[in-house]
Amino acid sequence: MSRALRLLPIILLIWILGIFAWRLIQPDDPTIRSQLVNREIPAFDLPPLVPGIAGLNSTGLATGKPRLVNLFASWCVPCVAEAPVLAKLRDRGIEIDGIAIRDTPGAASAFLTRYGNPYSRIGSDRTSRVQLAFGSAGVPETFVIDGKGVMRLQHVGPIYESDIPEILSALEKAR
Amino acid sequence: MIAGAGLAALWLAAALSLLGLFLSFLHVRGRLEADRTVRALAIVQGLLCLFAFAMLLLVFARTDLSVALVAENSHSAKPFVYKVAAAWGNHEGSMLLWVTVLGLSGAALAALSHRLPSRTLIAALGAQAALALGFHAFLLFASNPFARLNPPAPEGRGLNPLLQDPGLAFHPPTLYLGYVGLSVAFSIAVGAMLAGEVDRQLARAMRPWVLGAWIFLTLGITAGSYWAYYELGWGGWWFWDPVENASLMPWLAATALLHSVAVLAARNALKAWTMMLAVIAFSMSMVGTFLVRSGILTSVHAFAVDPLRGSFILALLAIYVTAAFLIFALRARTLREGALFEPVSREAGIVANNLLLTVILGVVFIGTLYPLLAEAAVGEKLSVGAPYFNAVAGPLALVLGVLLAVGPLLSWRREGRPILKKVALPGLLAATALVIAFFAIPQSSMLSKLGLALAAGLIPAALLPLIGRNPLRTPLATWGMAIAHLGAAVAVAGMAADTAFTTEKLTAARPGEQVDIGPWIVEFAGVTPAVGPNWTAVEAELRATRGSGVHVLRPQTRFFTDPPTETNEAAIDTLLSGQLYTVIGRSDSEGRWQLRLWWKPLVTLIWFGGLLIGLGGLLALSGHGHRAWRRWMAQ
Repeated sequence: MSRALRLLPIILLIWILGIFAWRLIQPDDPTIRSQLVNREIPAFDLPPLVPGIAGLNSTGLATGKPRLVNLFASWCVPCVAEAPVLAKLRDRGIEIDGIAIRDTPGAASAFLTRYGNPYSRIGSDRTSRVQLAFGSAGVPETFVIDGKGVMRLQHVGPIYESDIPEILSALEKAR
Repeated sequence: MIAGAGLAALWLAAALSLLGLFLSFLHVRGRLEADRTVRALAIVQGLLCLFAFAMLLLVFARTDLSVALVAENSHSAKPFVYKVAAAWGNHEGSMLLWVTVLGLSGAALAALSHRLPSRTLIAALGAQAALALGFHAFLLFASNPFARLNPPAPEGRGLNPLLQDPGLAFHPPTLYLGYVGLSVAFSIAVGAMLAGEVDRQLARAMRPWVLGAWIFLTLGITAGSYWAYYELGWGGWWFWDPVENASLMPWLAATALLHSVAVLAARNALKAWTMMLAVIAFSMSMVGTFLVRSGILTSVHAFAVDPLRGSFILALLAIYVTAAFLIFALRARTLREGALFEPVSREAGIVANNLLLTVILGVVFIGTLYPLLAEAAVGEKLSVGAPYFNAVAGPLALVLGVLLAVGPLLSWRREGRPILKKVALPGLLAATALVIAFFAIPQSSMLSKLGLALAAGLIPAALLPLIGRNPLRTPLATWGMAIAHLGAAVAVAGMAADTAFTTEKLTAARPGEQVDIGPWIVEFAGVTPAVGPNWTAVEAELRATRGSGVHVLRPQTRFFTDPPTETNEAAIDTLLSGQLYTVIGRSDSEGRWQLRLWWKPLVTLIWFGGLLIGLGGLLALSGHGHRAWRRWMAQ
């Protein structure tokens, strides 16, 4: 038997053991990322939820300017924590559209009155259909959509102060 | 006190295995004549492990809540048999069972293997002691089953209700006897390579150990498959889950080894290959243990995974397998192969069998680890499911089945007789079955049609080696081979029939309504509450009929309180022609209940085939035992 053939098992073994070890020390990231990042967002058309604020559709997102789409709900506690940060982003002149997940007009109005309204438009997604189409697994989640309607960033969970630079640079890049 | 005694026994056993390793090293080096001492040490070490395990059973039987493991996994209100079985229904306890089987395997090797040359035996016992030492360290430092709780818990947390089932009582012990029993073949191979004594004598001595472990592995996998089938309520018998694959991979390697060791015994050939397989078989057991314990493949499940444990087992795996492969790389060169053989001969058939089994092993191995490899290479998370395994391993298994029909009819060295004539009848049967399948079940998959055809030919073909022989004078090994091959054919028939003929219905029904499934009319009579020792349940009454006679099935949804869990207890009616499998789900606001029904013709053949394979192994093993007994009496 040739030497190469005899050493082959050891080489394979070390390679596999290396992968095992790599996986063991790798921190476990259970986040499920959307498959649509860097792809065009699906077409949708959501009706308004709150009187006086327009609904949201996919053509309205491809306006030549990057924007934020924030998935939220009045029943979602982390959304409350996120509200002041969203307000700050809006104050910097960033346009934010909302998609309200499984919400009712009354509850949503109360939420917006109490925690402020950073949204230009709010679409009502009663059945999570659009949420699932976006590849989102929960609320809150925020997406950066560029001027052509292509998803550039998915931010899972609430946006904290510390996440602002990440969001801003993604918006800058999407320009 | 009991827990303390168990822990002390474990420490003592660890110390003895260290001593055994040291002495066997000196013996093999020729520095010391320690033959008897090493054997005695191995036996005492095994008995100490057994004692520790008995102590664990005792603390569980008495629900000693001062032991952390009992408090976490048992409950005073549990039925007695599950209190005892809960001892291995958790990480620490099952690792102690693992180590106990390892110790007992070493003890059995020391006590029973008189046919091995002394140097090989002592080197093998040294290898076994080295294995034991590492896994003892793992138990004592990273998974102590006897850790105390101070103050004791007022009540235990209970066992996962899915495990409260007779399946738990015998599936893990059987499987572990198989997994860890393979350590003997590993140690013998390592010992023989170190001693430079790889020959026919060694193959004859190794064969019963491989056979024994393989029988337990076969029965353990069969039992596990049936357990998952009826307990999970999913109606499936194999899910290609990483944990299932972890048990299949050592089985494939052991099956290949079982055949190649026969070539080594008969023809003094395939030396290096057989040694490699012996190393790989137990390495696959260790890989399986690592995959299950580290949780790296099932990270989606909420296993309480301790990275220390994963790293510890990975280190052990790396040390043992690398050492064995190194010994192989250094010593394989010195192995002189026996005569080359003819392309049409028994040994050539077995080589083809080994190649196919190894490729299937590779396919399962790659499929199981692919998510890991993909994540390491491109950072993408994905999973590999049944479509891949069925599409790749299925056709290979069919080819293996064809080989199984022909191989046993070939003679050693060179086949001169016209072999095709002998398999003409089975071949004709298979072809007829295939034609019938094309007309009768055109909608079923190609693989299941071919599987049915193969089974039709293979069932008679498996018995051909017995034809024309005096049944009383036929060696038990030949009987065993024929029965085991028949079992494989029967299992293939069951798998193909399940794929081709199963009908499934998911429906919502009000009490009094009727549901059709296959040839059956099932009447949903209503639901009643039911109560057990530590659960309450909603029980449905289903009256099934297909013309004459009524079969009553009572599927349940059980609610356990400790820990609070809900399980589905499928009700299964087993008939000669198949199984009616029923599961009850939830009710909706309009008074309808979810019912899930399957009619699975001939499905039981899968497990019956598995049992036959095990029985065949047992017959062959008793042939070995019989000969050993006669030799012993003659002395």
